[in-house]
Amino acid sequence: MNVGIVCPYSWDVPGGVKQHIDDLAQALIAQGHQVSVIAPAGDDAELPPYVTGAGRAVPVPYNGSVARMSFGFISAARVRRWIQEGDFDVLHIHEPLVPSLGVLACWAAKGPIVATFHASFTRSRAIAIAEPMLRSALEKLSGRIAVSDAARKSLVEQFGGDTVLIPNGVTVSRYTEAEPLEGFGPDGRTLGFLGRMDEPRKGLPVLLEAMELIPEARLLIAGPGEVKIPKSIRDRVTLLGMVSEQDKIRAYHSVDVFVAPNTGGESFGIVLAEAMSAGSTVLASDIPAFRRVLGEGQAGALFANGDAEALAEEARKLLADPERRAKLSDEARVAVRKYDWSTVARDVVRVYETVTASAGRVEEDSLT
Amino acid sequence: MSTTVIVLIVGILVVLAAVYVSWRAGRLDRLHIRLELAREALDVALVRRSAVVLELAGSRLLDPATSLVLAAAAHEARTAGPDEREHAESDLSRALRAAVDQERFREKLSESPGGRSLLEELDAAVAKVVYARSFFNNAVGVTRTAQRRWLARTLRLAGRTEFPQFFEIDDNPPETMATE
Repeated sequence: MNVGIVCPYSWDVPGGVKQHIDDLAQALIAQGHQVSVIAPAGDDAELPPYVTGAGRAVPVPYNGSVARMSFGFISAARVRRWIQEGDFDVLHIHEPLVPSLGVLACWAAKGPIVATFHASFTRSRAIAIAEPMLRSALEKLSGRIAVSDAARKSLVEQFGGDTVLIPNGVTVSRYTEAEPLEGFGPDGRTLGFLGRMDEPRKGLPVLLEAMELIPEARLLIAGPGEVKIPKSIRDRVTLLGMVSEQDKIRAYHSVDVFVAPNTGGESFGIVLAEAMSAGSTVLASDIPAFRRVLGEGQAGALFANGDAEALAEEARKLLADPERRAKLSDEARVAVRKYDWSTVARDVVRVYETVTASAGRVEEDSLT
Repeated sequence: MSTTVIVLIVGILVVLAAVYVSWRAGRLDRLHIRLELAREALDVALVRRSAVVLELAGSRLLDPATSLVLAAAAHEARTAGPDEREHAESDLSRALRAAVDQERFREKLSESPGGRSLLEELDAAVAKVVYARSFFNNAVGVTRTAQRRWLARTLRLAGRTEFPQFFEIDDNPPETMATE
């Protein structure tokens, strides 16, 4: 299939949506599809062969943060030309409600158009004012995808209708191999935690409380934020702070048991999926999302949510049983495959095939 | 004010109103086209699903009872008239769940020759029904809102197209498939 993908945010700046599009594009190419991405980027920017620049991105405050986006006549003309020349079977627009290339592409094209909604947004004056115009853009979409329940909910509340849910993927192969961090490495007594330290929902307090009950263990913590470590366990806890992507992967390989004590609010648990990709033995709270990802305990141990004693007991059992750890790690590597990008891309292709079943190709819309 | 000015103003207003009405009519027309395409896509997805189920039922890879359950449901879905279709397609979803969610169904099927590719086809067909129905109902919702507008009703901009109906079925996939 010949797919045209529209990225609203600058290609030179790292970000969730950009990463999603890059992963998706690579997964589609690996499955034999032809992909062209258009994204805001300066003419001198270094781009992968499948990305076309649509002109320099301008930093604009939008939806509570500053994003680098492209709009205006020049970008509009480039998008139009890209659509004319691309001869796409399907056009896949990301964030069509963001005032950037997505809206421009919606404007300039007709035919099978699929859109993915990433962010949740609150009902704002701006959206209310622009609603008629955004609505006419939305009316052109033949298929709508949301990456999370939150994104789906805010879209449906604001504009009605329905969307299908296809969550983000994990590039499993990126996590499989890495050198343990200096001075660490699985040694039969290291626990790990990754996430914002000062967000209670991530559950670090539960883990710190449990640490008092596991005198033989030490704990490696990676993540931004600040937290007060009790004196009694201070010599057994290492704080890495915010780490690079590479060091994060190495951290997964430096621990014997990766602990996810989240007390709620996780719709998917990307951190869990990453740890499983790295082959870590996972010990997680038994919130519904984690139970699902871990196959009810098949691919990782579970403890009663919020219960530090239960956590400590499970952790001690795991640390004392290398065989069980190895088995859980193997199971985790298998179970995580269904969250791999190749699976996500397969679902996205099914959406493409659904909307192209009846419609023709993507064409330039000369009316607008 | 002279008569010419009044005539001019009235003329301009008439032209503006005409442009507006034709723009609204054009939009409604585009919505109808999109609705028809979505209807076609849904039909393709449903027909494909029952075809794959029939193939599975006739593949001799399953036990005769499961085959019969699936064949009967798929046949009903394929031959149902417009009024019974939602019922028949929901029944097919239920029959599929009952069959596929049997213990070790997937493992056994993928061990037999040709079984794995049939399973993959089935997964794709089931997922596409969910997608196509969501997209179709979306198009129905938008078109209904547009048709209900005062202008569209008064001037009968929708012409003789009927008021579109949502397609409401149970299309929940088998449990073992939802996470696959």
